[in-house]
Amino acid sequence: MESIRLYFKYVKLSIESQLQYKASFIMMVIGHFLITFIEFLGIWALFQRFGNIQGFTFEEAALFYGIVHIAFAITEGWTRGFDIFPRLVRLGDFDRILLRPRTTVLQILGYDFQIMRIGRLCQGLVVLIWAAIRLNIKWTIGKTLLLFGSIIGGNFLFSGLIVLQATLSFWSVQSLEIVNSFTYGGVQAAQYPISIYKPWFRKILIYIIPLATVNYFPAMSILGKTELYNYPIWLGWISPLVGTMFFLLSLLVWQIGVKHYTSTGS
Amino acid sequence: MKPFISIIKIRFNLMLQYRVAAFAGGVTQFFFGMVMIMVLYGFYNSSSGEIPIDYKVAVTYIWIGQAMLGMLPWNGDREIQDLIRTGNVTYELVRPMNLYNYWFARAFALRTAPTLLKSIPLFIVVLLLPKDYSMELPLNMLSFIGWIVTTFGALLISCTITNIINITTLYSISGDGIQRLLSSIVTLFSGMIVPLPLFPDKLKQILNYLPFSGLVDIPARFFTGEIPFYQLFKYFLFQCIWALIIYILGQWILNRKIKDLIVQGG
Amino acid sequence: MVIVANQLSKEYKIGQRKSGIVGGLQNIIHKEYKIVKALENISFEIGEGELVGYIGPNGAGKSTTIKILSGILTPDSGECKVLGKVPYKERINYVKDIGVVFGQRTQLWWDLPVIDSFELLKDIYKIPKGDYIKVKKELIEWLNLESFINTPVRQLSLGQKMRCELAASLLHSPQVLFLDEPTIGLDAISKLAVREFIKKLNKEKGVTVILTTHDMDDIETLCNRVMVIGKGQILLDGSLETLRNTVSKDRRMILETYEGTNGFSINGATLIEEEKNRLMIDFNPDIITPAELINILSTKYKIKDILIENTPIEEIIAKLYGELNI
Repeated sequence: MESIRLYFKYVKLSIESQLQYKASFIMMVIGHFLITFIEFLGIWALFQRFGNIQGFTFEEAALFYGIVHIAFAITEGWTRGFDIFPRLVRLGDFDRILLRPRTTVLQILGYDFQIMRIGRLCQGLVVLIWAAIRLNIKWTIGKTLLLFGSIIGGNFLFSGLIVLQATLSFWSVQSLEIVNSFTYGGVQAAQYPISIYKPWFRKILIYIIPLATVNYFPAMSILGKTELYNYPIWLGWISPLVGTMFFLLSLLVWQIGVKHYTSTGS
Repeated sequence: MKPFISIIKIRFNLMLQYRVAAFAGGVTQFFFGMVMIMVLYGFYNSSSGEIPIDYKVAVTYIWIGQAMLGMLPWNGDREIQDLIRTGNVTYELVRPMNLYNYWFARAFALRTAPTLLKSIPLFIVVLLLPKDYSMELPLNMLSFIGWIVTTFGALLISCTITNIINITTLYSISGDGIQRLLSSIVTLFSGMIVPLPLFPDKLKQILNYLPFSGLVDIPARFFTGEIPFYQLFKYFLFQCIWALIIYILGQWILNRKIKDLIVQGG
Repeated sequence: MVIVANQLSKEYKIGQRKSGIVGGLQNIIHKEYKIVKALENISFEIGEGELVGYIGPNGAGKSTTIKILSGILTPDSGECKVLGKVPYKERINYVKDIGVVFGQRTQLWWDLPVIDSFELLKDIYKIPKGDYIKVKKELIEWLNLESFINTPVRQLSLGQKMRCELAASLLHSPQVLFLDEPTIGLDAISKLAVREFIKKLNKEKGVTVILTTHDMDDIETLCNRVMVIGKGQILLDGSLETLRNTVSKDRRMILETYEGTNGFSINGATLIEEEKNRLMIDFNPDIITPAELINILSTKYKIKDILIENTPIEEIIAKLYGELNI
C-alpha cells in the first residue's frame, strides 16, 4: 500500500515537471493525436478500396482499433521508464535506482509518466465512440465491463512487452529493435480482427503473444458476433486476467535481467 | 568534392560496424512486412470488385517498401541533432565547407550504408518465402533498370528531407514532436504502409504529385512493371525536381538560421 | 570494522572492433572479445569514522570497487561486508544505510524545485517525519541551501547542485558515505565549501567516508588515509606521510635570490627549475638538513626569500604511477 502511495507521488512529480513546459506539452499532445490520426488514415484508405475485410465493416474494424489504441496509449504513458530503459542505463540513472531501498520496477515506473500520450488516447477514444455510435451498440453492463476488461488486459499485455523489451537491453541494446517490432507490430496486427489472418499467424496471436485474447474475444462479444465464429463466450471475460498474467511473467524475466546486470556491470 | 567523399567513406565504415543493429533492423522489417501482407491478404480475399493492382504486385510493393525503409527520411541525423541540442553546432560553423552540403553528405551515408546492409539479406529471404508472401522479381531487365534509377532519385529526395528534419531541430530543440509527425506523414504518403495505388482515387491523384511518392511508390511501381520503362525519364525528372526544390529550401532556411545564430552570438 | 573487503576480483569482457571496411565486414561474421581484469584480489578494511581517499588513474578499478561496495555490482570472487551486510546480496535492506554521490550525475528531478526531490526521497527511504525535519534543517544550514531550496534544479549552478546532491544523499542519515569525484568541475569556492562540509560531517556525525577524486587538494585537506589503486591492485594503503615516504623523501625548497645562478651541485639537493631568480630545489632531508642547505646556499647567493614545502601530492602520485608503469 505504502508503495502505491509512493508511486502516485512519483506520478505527481512527473506530471508537474512536464507541465513546466506548457507550450511544448500541448504541441506534443496534438502531435500524438495527429500521428495516430494519420496512421488511421491508412486503414480508412484500405476500406475505401476494398469495402470490407472478411465480413468486417470499417466501423467494426474501428472498434478494434479504438480499443487497442486506448490500451496502448495507457501503456505508453505509464511504462515510459521501461521504454527508454537503455537511456537510463547509459546515463547511470539505473545505478542510482539500484542505490535506493525500493524495487527497481516501482522506481522505473515512477521515472516518467508521459501524460502527453493522452493524444493517442483521445484519438482512440474518438474512433471508439464514433464506431460505437455508427454500430448502434447497446451498452449493457456486461458489454461495458467487457470493454474495460479488454482495455485493462490490453494495457497489461503491452506493458509486459515493453518490460521484456527493456529486459533484453541488459544483453544487447542493438537488438532492441526486434522486440520493439513485436510490440509495435503487435499493435498493428491487433488493430484488425484476427480472424482475417491465416491460421498459423492467428495462433501466434492467441497463444504466444496473447493479443487476440485480450482484444479480439471481448470485442467480438461486444459486437455480438461470438456465435458466428464459434468461440466460447467466456473467452471474452478472461482478458484482464491474461493480460495481468503476462505482465507478471514479464516482471519475473525482468528480475533475471537485473541479476545479470549486477553481475556483469555492462 | 573530396572532403564530401571522405565524410561519406568514414560514415559508411562506422555504420557497417553496427552489425547487430542491422540484423535487428532486418528482422523488424520482415516482421512488419509480414503483418502488412497478412492484412492485405485479408482484404484481397474479401473483395470481388476491381482492384488497381494485383495481390502479388501489392506484396512485392510492400517488400520493396520494407527493404527501403532505412532509406526513408523517417528521422534526422542523431549526432547532428545532439550537436544542436548541446549547442556545439557552433563548432560546425567553423568548418571550411558549406554546412548544408556537409550534412547532406552525412545524410547520404546514413541513408545508404544501413539500407544496403539490411536490404540484401531481406530481399533474399523474401524471395524464398511461400508464394502467398513472397516478392516477385521484375519480368524484364528494363523494369530493373527503372527501379535502380528511381531508387537513386528516391535517395536524393530522402537526403534533402533528412536535412530539413535536421534543420527543424535548430528551431525547436525538443523537435521530437514535429519529427515524429513528419515521419508518420512520410511513411504513409510514400506508400510504405498502404501501396499508393490502393488509395481512394481522388486522394491518390494528390499524393502522386507530392515528393513522398518519389520515395517508395515510384521505384516500387517500376520494379513491379506497373510503370512502363519508357516513362522513366519523366518520373526521374519528377524526383529530381522535388529534390532540387527541397534542397534549395533547406539551404535557404539553414543560411537564414545561421545568420541569426551569428548575430545573436550563438 | 565498517567495511571489510576480502580478495575481491572482477573481470569485464569487452568486444573488439576491427577498423576499415574489411574489418567491419569481419566483425559481422565474428567478434573477438578481450578480457579486462578490473580488480584482482583486492583486500582492505576501513574502520568507523575513517575518511579514506581512494585514488588511481582512470580505468584502474576505482569505480568498480565503489560499485561493489555500494551493492550495484557483484564481484566474480571474494567477498565484502559493509556494516555487517553483504551489499550485493541484500540490496534493498543494505542501501538504506549508505549514501552515494556521483560527481557527474544527478539524482535530483531536473525540472522541479530541490525541496520536491527531498520530499520524494523522504518517502523513498521511509524516513520518519520527525527525523526528516530535523536532518533536513541541519543539512540546509550546514550546506547553506536556504536561498535556492525552492528553485528548479536546472537553474542552479554546478556548485549549488553539488551541495543539494550531498544533502539529498544524506537525508536518511547513512552511516557510510561514498563520494565519487564530488568536486569535479566545481569552482574554487564551491570546492572549499564541499570539503568543509565533508570534514564537518565526518567529525561531528562520525560518518565513514570513502572518497574518489583526481583533485589532490581534496585528499590533502580531507583524508587521513589514502588507498592508491592501479591495474586492479592496491598499490599503497596508508597515511599521506607513508605515501610521501614510499615514493621519495624529498622536500621542496623555493628560493628567491637577487641575482641569477648558473646551476649548482650540492650533494642531496637538485635544482628542478630556475626562472627569473626563483629556484625550485628538491632535497633529501636524510642527506642534507634544511639548515645545512640554507647555509650553503646563503654563502653562494644573496637570498631574498625562502619557502620550504612538501612536494605536491600530484607529483608524488605521478611519480608513483611512473615507477609502477601505469
